[in-house]
Amino acid sequence: MSTAPRPLSPHLQIYRMQLTSTLSILHRFTGIALALGAVLLVAWLIAAASGPAAFDRAQSLAGAWYGRALLFAWAFALFYHLANGIRHLFWDAGLGLDLKSVYISGWSVVVLSVVLALAAFTAGYWYLGAF
Amino acid sequence: MPAGRTAGGRSALARVRGLGSAKEGVAHWWAQRASALLLIPLVIWFVAALVYHTGTDHAGVTLWLGAPVTYGAMLVLLGTLFWHAALGLHHVVQDYVASAARRMALILLINTACLGLFVAGFVALTIIAFAG
Repeated sequence: MSTAPRPLSPHLQIYRMQLTSTLSILHRFTGIALALGAVLLVAWLIAAASGPAAFDRAQSLAGAWYGRALLFAWAFALFYHLANGIRHLFWDAGLGLDLKSVYISGWSVVVLSVVLALAAFTAGYWYLGAF
Repeated sequence: MPAGRTAGGRSALARVRGLGSAKEGVAHWWAQRASALLLIPLVIWFVAALVYHTGTDHAGVTLWLGAPVTYGAMLVLLGTLFWHAALGLHHVVQDYVASAARRMALILLINTACLGLFVAGFVALTIIAFAG
């Protein structure tokens, strides 16, 4: 039996990721990460409601190196999910669905979310009096 | 144009109803978009305010969180955020969990957790605003 070369469904182990598929799964990953981050947001609010001692403990955790790393990851995830979410809303309205626009908006979202996360951190350090 | 298709190649709404892994979902789809739209201004405001309060002590942060406008905006933010989070997590469960029983259990768990977290945040904010 001869088998004609025919298109096969992509399988995860051999599928070559492109920008479109990478950004799509990143939207889902950041969404899950942000849901987990929201638990920490509520924990922070509870600490603030509990009084100065609990709040200072929460702030020192957030201010430690791992806290700052987590906050930066949170900022990136948030800005990415926000920017890519707006991209999705444009698609839902039927706009920007051609391949060229999809790639332009995709790279824009990547650059914008990195720039915004860095900007938020720079501003944070500025308010701390770092420079 | 094939039957049931609209211009642009998308399926007509009438053909889509009742399909998909959730067997229903126009309301779910719509709620996800509505909550997303609401979250755009709320999240931008919250991150900007959070950055502005970097390094602020307990008195300063509770003064900000307890102000009437912040209190109201934070409640809307938390409500919309956990609503949107629940809807998004439902999608993940519906896409990757094959067993219907496990799917239902996980969706119940997600709803309970999101509701519980909203209530916890609501109580914390109310204590800050009124008992602080």
